[in-house]
Amino acid sequence: MAADLVSDIEARFGGVTRQETADGVPTLWVDADRLRPVLGHLRSGIERPFRTLFDLTAIDERFRRHRPGQPQGDFSAVYHLLSYQRDQDIRLKVALCGDSPRLPSVIDLWPAADWYEREAWDMFGIAFDGHPRLRRILLPPTWEGHPLRKDYPARATEREPFRLTPDKEAAEQEALRFHPEEWGMRRHGDGTDYLFLNLGPNHPSVHGVFRVVLQLDGEDIVDAVPDIGYHHRGAEKMGERQSWHSYIPYTDRVDYLGGVMNNLPYVLAVERLAGIVVPDRAQVIRVMLAEFFRIASHLVFYGTMAQDVGALSPVFYMFTDRERVFRIIEAICGARMHPSWFRIGGIAQDLPEGWDRLVAEFVDYLPPRLDEYETLVLRNRLFQRRTKGVGAYGLDTAIEWGATGPSLRACGLDWDYRKRRPYSGYERFEFDIPTGSRGDCFDRTAVRAAEIRQSLRIIRQCLNNMPAGPTKADHPLTTPPPKDLALRDIETLIAHFLGVSWGPVIPAGEAAVTVEATKGLNAYYLVSDGGPLSYRTRIRTPSFAHLQMIPLMCRGEMLADLIAILGSIDFVMADVDR
Amino acid sequence: MSATASGLANAFGILVVLVGLGAGLTWIERRLLGLWQDRYGPNRVGPAGVLQVVADMVKILFKEDWVPPFADRAAFVLAPAIAMTALLLAFAVVPVAPGIGVTDLDGIGLPFALAMIALSVYSTVLAGWASNNKYSLLGGLRAAAQMLSYEVFLGLSVMGVVMQAGSFDLRAIVAAQRGLWYAAPQCVGFLLFLLAGMAGIHRLPFDLPEAESELVAGYHVEYSGMKFGMFFVGEYIGIVLVAALAVTLFLGGWLGPALPPLLWFLIKLAVLIGLVILMRAALPRPRYDQLMAFGWKAMLPLALLNLTATGAILLAGR
Repeated sequence: MAADLVSDIEARFGGVTRQETADGVPTLWVDADRLRPVLGHLRSGIERPFRTLFDLTAIDERFRRHRPGQPQGDFSAVYHLLSYQRDQDIRLKVALCGDSPRLPSVIDLWPAADWYEREAWDMFGIAFDGHPRLRRILLPPTWEGHPLRKDYPARATEREPFRLTPDKEAAEQEALRFHPEEWGMRRHGDGTDYLFLNLGPNHPSVHGVFRVVLQLDGEDIVDAVPDIGYHHRGAEKMGERQSWHSYIPYTDRVDYLGGVMNNLPYVLAVERLAGIVVPDRAQVIRVMLAEFFRIASHLVFYGTMAQDVGALSPVFYMFTDRERVFRIIEAICGARMHPSWFRIGGIAQDLPEGWDRLVAEFVDYLPPRLDEYETLVLRNRLFQRRTKGVGAYGLDTAIEWGATGPSLRACGLDWDYRKRRPYSGYERFEFDIPTGSRGDCFDRTAVRAAEIRQSLRIIRQCLNNMPAGPTKADHPLTTPPPKDLALRDIETLIAHFLGVSWGPVIPAGEAAVTVEATKGLNAYYLVSDGGPLSYRTRIRTPSFAHLQMIPLMCRGEMLADLIAILGSIDFVMADVDR
Repeated sequence: MSATASGLANAFGILVVLVGLGAGLTWIERRLLGLWQDRYGPNRVGPAGVLQVVADMVKILFKEDWVPPFADRAAFVLAPAIAMTALLLAFAVVPVAPGIGVTDLDGIGLPFALAMIALSVYSTVLAGWASNNKYSLLGGLRAAAQMLSYEVFLGLSVMGVVMQAGSFDLRAIVAAQRGLWYAAPQCVGFLLFLLAGMAGIHRLPFDLPEAESELVAGYHVEYSGMKFGMFFVGEYIGIVLVAALAVTLFLGGWLGPALPPLLWFLIKLAVLIGLVILMRAALPRPRYDQLMAFGWKAMLPLALLNLTATGAILLAGR
């Protein structure tokens, strides 16, 4: 099917180059002037079109050595499309030359392209013609340079010491002044002067450092413009200066409520590049830990969602239960929130003695508590009134804006990556995919609440069917390599020493691996140039796409609804800004 | 003891006890919430944390008394004073027990108390306006709208009691409950009064003027130090006042067997205050328009219906 599509595009448009990637996603290079026709064709010219722009990013190719058969260029823009109907992905690449590359915008094809194009402009300096508001998105408007370019220093020590002169300070202060016009908002309407309310970056209900500028008529929201980037730490840039192995802890902190769930797509992508097959036991342990973190993250969501609509108590019960999850995670991994516990080719350690007792206790303990929470939150009339019909969007909107995970399933589509594209052995587990129907705040809450029970089901299956065997793959690139092998002779000792000190040298290539993370689809798109460091690490996070939908969800609603909507999205800012 | 002396003793005694109770409630509420939320609450200062109140007082008194430069100074200072005084004044007419109570106001105690509760909204509105802060302003607006909607049936909900007792005098109303507490015949009125009272002192689920998750702290977002303290203690005095009025109007005031009247009053008061705190632990917050709709479309007709029914029954029985 994929081959048909590719040959169809080749026949129809010509000038298309294929590229082999380790992840098997059909990857095509097109010319810049053919880009829009090809994308337009994929968007609406074919049966069961690609209605989701899953990711849009770029690569600075100027220092890359291993790219046989790929068109020459200084930068490449990468469009990753997804079709739920086809159950298929396709990746399009465009080679761009020169220091100020330009591309046509695709906002009219996918509204979700808005923020992705702004990010590519911010980080790589690729301009998108036809974009209505091509401004920096993660960095402040006064920033100079495009940080993900290879000639941009990754460390402060690589540049002149920073000095804040009075002039610079004044200019920065002036740049903070609020002009509604710059945000695309009008000061006056028909007989009304609008009130502009600055919600955040410090506000009890924005779940981190996140700012929404609101245009209000009374308490009715006329327009809302999200402002992100306050939590930006350059996680993608750090990927290019850490070894493949030592980057794992950074992934933990992307969705900081997701713990090892973040390690999973990263190590899976590295393993795909290296050709490592992970033993069964490690796979099942990974699944079990990932599901524990899904429960932990959903419990935080459940409690804070209730708190956002004014219920004070549930959050305390749910955080207490989350502590129980952490107690198990700590017993297994040695750390609570950010264990960085998965390794390239396996996991850090085998399970400790007595783990099964802890897990068994917990899977029996939680279900009755969940019943109680349902009474307390989901069945509460006030909660229902505050969330039913609020912040609703339809399935078409969700697909076109790149909503994934529970935010997509709340609209009624039972699309779960674990079921549709099983990874790490999920095909061996029995579980259901909870869905909603209205796509409102209530459904998003209910879907997550139901997912906790499914995660418990998966954990119970892990508990009852834990396979025996090694927890690390017998592969030269497994990091750190199993110690008993390393101590056998001098050659393996040297390999171990190099693997641990320099880090593994991953074969050149490209791979993207997506997982069903706590908040939606999380993908790591890795480019290796055959070295001990990643050449490009792209992190596609669900929250980024979801926050882009805020204006759409809250126009015409009230201020209090916005708080419910923010709660129901379930985002953390590190997952947005990276 | 002369009448003046006993009057003064009464007034000062009640004032001191009331302010003390208001401050003490901050600790009681936090401990009770802790109990219901599977945690401890303040338990470090003194036995069971009871001296937390003192620690808070010391902290709040020594804080800089700051007025934001962009605020309307006069109104900004006046607002918290109104919050406390209006509610304290209302308490003057509450008959705690025979011989205990500040004044009867010649038999118009009830309208006076209601008027003072209504007056207290000025503190919220003025604070919201004078702070010159958008969050405060939204809080102040919400407070004004909420007071307007809920005050209407706050008054109406007690009219059934007034009709049955045939008096606005609170002592007479208590005396009239010697056989049966009005909570039984006036159960609808009791419920309405509790809800409207909670809305009047904006306690969760009616805490929209300060709605932490939406407006951060609403009308008192710019306040700190003792001015904030006055809002804070004022809120608790409000709880005591509403509970005391409910006890007087519906639960037979100080009446009760065996125990001394004062103790009966305090027991009933404690139960109602506990209920108010439990509501806070248990319920989410409705939206502003839902609250208004609930007030005008459900509560007000119910209050009117209750009033008509009471009137009809009283007339029929005559």
